[in-house]
Amino acid sequence: MSEATVGDLSAFIARDAGGLGRLELLVRGARCAACLGKIERGVAALPGVAASRFNLTTGKLTVTLAPGQGDPAAVQRAVEAMGYGASLFDPAQALAAEDRAGRELVLALGVAAFGAGNVMMFTVPAWAGLFGQELSPATREIMYWLAALVAAPCALFAGMPFFRSAWSALRRGKANMDVPISIGVLLTLAVSFSETLQHGAHAYFDAAVTLLFLLLIGRYLDHRLKAAARGAARDLLALQAPVAVRLDAAGREHGIPVGEVAVGDRLAVAPGDRIPVDAVIETGASEIDNALVSGETAPVQAGPGAAVQAGALNLSGRLVLRAIARSEDSTVAAIARLMEAGAQARGAYVRLADKAAALYVPVVHTLAAAAFVGGWALGLGPREALLRAAAVLIVTCPCALGLAVPAVQVAASSRLFRRGVLVKSGAALERLAEIDHVVFDKTGVLTEGRPRLLSYLPAVISAAAPLARASRHPLARALAERAGAGRVATDVVEVAGLGVEGLIDGRRARLGRAEFVGVSPSPGGESELWFGFDGATKVRLTFFDPVRPDAARAIADLRGLGLTVEILSGDLPAPVGRVAKAAGVTQWRAGLTPFDKSAAVTLLQGTGRKVLMVGDGLNDAAALALAHASMAPGTALDASQNAADLVFLNGDLAAVAQAIRVARAARARAMENFAFSALYNLVAAPAAVLGLVNPFVAAIAMSGSSLVVMLNALRMSWAGGPSR
Amino acid sequence: MTILLLLAPISVGLALIGLGGFWWTVRAGQYEDPRGDAARILDDAHDSAP
Repeated sequence: MSEATVGDLSAFIARDAGGLGRLELLVRGARCAACLGKIERGVAALPGVAASRFNLTTGKLTVTLAPGQGDPAAVQRAVEAMGYGASLFDPAQALAAEDRAGRELVLALGVAAFGAGNVMMFTVPAWAGLFGQELSPATREIMYWLAALVAAPCALFAGMPFFRSAWSALRRGKANMDVPISIGVLLTLAVSFSETLQHGAHAYFDAAVTLLFLLLIGRYLDHRLKAAARGAARDLLALQAPVAVRLDAAGREHGIPVGEVAVGDRLAVAPGDRIPVDAVIETGASEIDNALVSGETAPVQAGPGAAVQAGALNLSGRLVLRAIARSEDSTVAAIARLMEAGAQARGAYVRLADKAAALYVPVVHTLAAAAFVGGWALGLGPREALLRAAAVLIVTCPCALGLAVPAVQVAASSRLFRRGVLVKSGAALERLAEIDHVVFDKTGVLTEGRPRLLSYLPAVISAAAPLARASRHPLARALAERAGAGRVATDVVEVAGLGVEGLIDGRRARLGRAEFVGVSPSPGGESELWFGFDGATKVRLTFFDPVRPDAARAIADLRGLGLTVEILSGDLPAPVGRVAKAAGVTQWRAGLTPFDKSAAVTLLQGTGRKVLMVGDGLNDAAALALAHASMAPGTALDASQNAADLVFLNGDLAAVAQAIRVARAARARAMENFAFSALYNLVAAPAAVLGLVNPFVAAIAMSGSSLVVMLNALRMSWAGGPSR
Repeated sequence: MTILLLLAPISVGLALIGLGGFWWTVRAGQYEDPRGDAARILDDAHDSAP
């Protein structure tokens, strides 16, 4: 809605105490160094702008405005005039975007890296003493004390993210993966200090820090994945419809964030814009395209008093609406409730790593306790017994386990991202790997969601084209596109919701709805336009929503993966049947309400099927949230993109099969990593119990296992077939 | 071996300087826009006068 002409946009400026304003825009299409300088200088030259800074990585332009000055609309227009797309960010969303947790993790990672590197300087000479080389106990002790000096503060600082999470879990009476990690690190430090005090050889200062370093890599990768997906999802939302145009008592227009629309507000909606909230038409007449709301392809005529739904597209006339719901309530409360239920069901999904941890933690802790108790009972003495228990905890550290899944998922997501598929979370990939049935929505997913001319009499097309070129109506647009460039009719009058009238070679002609042209309207589900010169015969032009050229191949591809395919649509049976035939799908149902769709998905899942829902409309949002996994095209409504696990950006259906393939490959890699970790622990744990592990062996085994897991994850980069 | 008492603090000290530098780069937001910073260095407008 960047082209919307809106008056006052001051609601988008966040002012600080000193009066300085901060405005954020998402800029699209800027990729190069030249763009960066051009945008920053161009915006900084505007009146009232104190400074501007463009972040090329995230595509975000931050503009500082002088106190009491600055016009967001002017900034937006200036950026658009340079040839880029620009959308305003809601200030509340912009603040939430700051990434504190990420910064903290980077710092912890840096400290752990420093500690792990420098503690080696003292422990490697000490290890030499373990193999009988000349190193006097006194020197070894100095080395250990120096190692402790570096390792202890580093481990305590770098371990904070784990300690905090473990503590909050324990206070709620639960245990997570961070509890054994925290216990392991603290116990290792304590045992090492006591060993050094007693002039012993078994101090594991290096292990404590290296363990944290390796775990932090996994933690940081996981965080990056989530943050990137969140950021991209937020950017997509910013592109949609953040601005509603409110009319004040004097009839002036004010652009406001959609979230601020109150019941009873009067809103102006220009042709080509989406309806921001559920509303009733006060003045104006237009045609409403409900394709994204209900899946119907034919536009609906609407006039004063008619109710319109949020998300519907206003096609032909300017409308003044009275809001009857706020933005949060607009998307039909029932659909929202269903989506919530879906989100809860997904929250209950147990991720692979957690399943592994649930197995791993009790086994290892029992083993460590058994080593301590058994060792003492068998006459090892408490000190030696405790050392063996600590060695078990150290060599079986969940480093490989902590890296096994995040490393694979980061590699898989970045691979899919290059392919134009946005993965919202690692759990989404895991669920996607499990699906066995794919449900497609029709409009906008299997079809292009744009009308195309069906009847073809070249003479008629070229006769009607001059009028069509003068209209903004999508059907007329489709006609003009078919005719190509050419003359434009003169003296054109567009009658909102009816059609266009104008002069072609001096003859008066009309293009529009049947009653506008002077024909009695015929019933039927097809989209149509009528054309005729004054007094001459009228011609009917029908339009259809073409099936995407790659639909049939994409569906055959999915079948090849062993999946069953079904279409659930809200449209009439005739067009759905036609699309199903063209795409090669035998199983389809038409005329479904949003609730029918979600019920169908729930029913399928009740019989044990794992359903992937692919949809774009508001009518799909509930089904998307309820399905085991879900995908939405980048053209979908924001509610649907929110509900979906994956968003494919370039509208290419082949992405669905590609995503499934990559998800399956990612699961296979993660499973291999688990198998390797299990094998490693099976060897390392008994060795530790038997006292065969010294600090040197522990260090090698621990980093070696993590390295193997990481390298295996990197194989993901070429998994799932060649990237095109 | 007394040389250790001199060398060990020096080496740890040097590493600490590096860690301090890293800390500063994170705090100063130098990892916020790697692509933009790579581009900025080529832009004449950002050069200070010779």
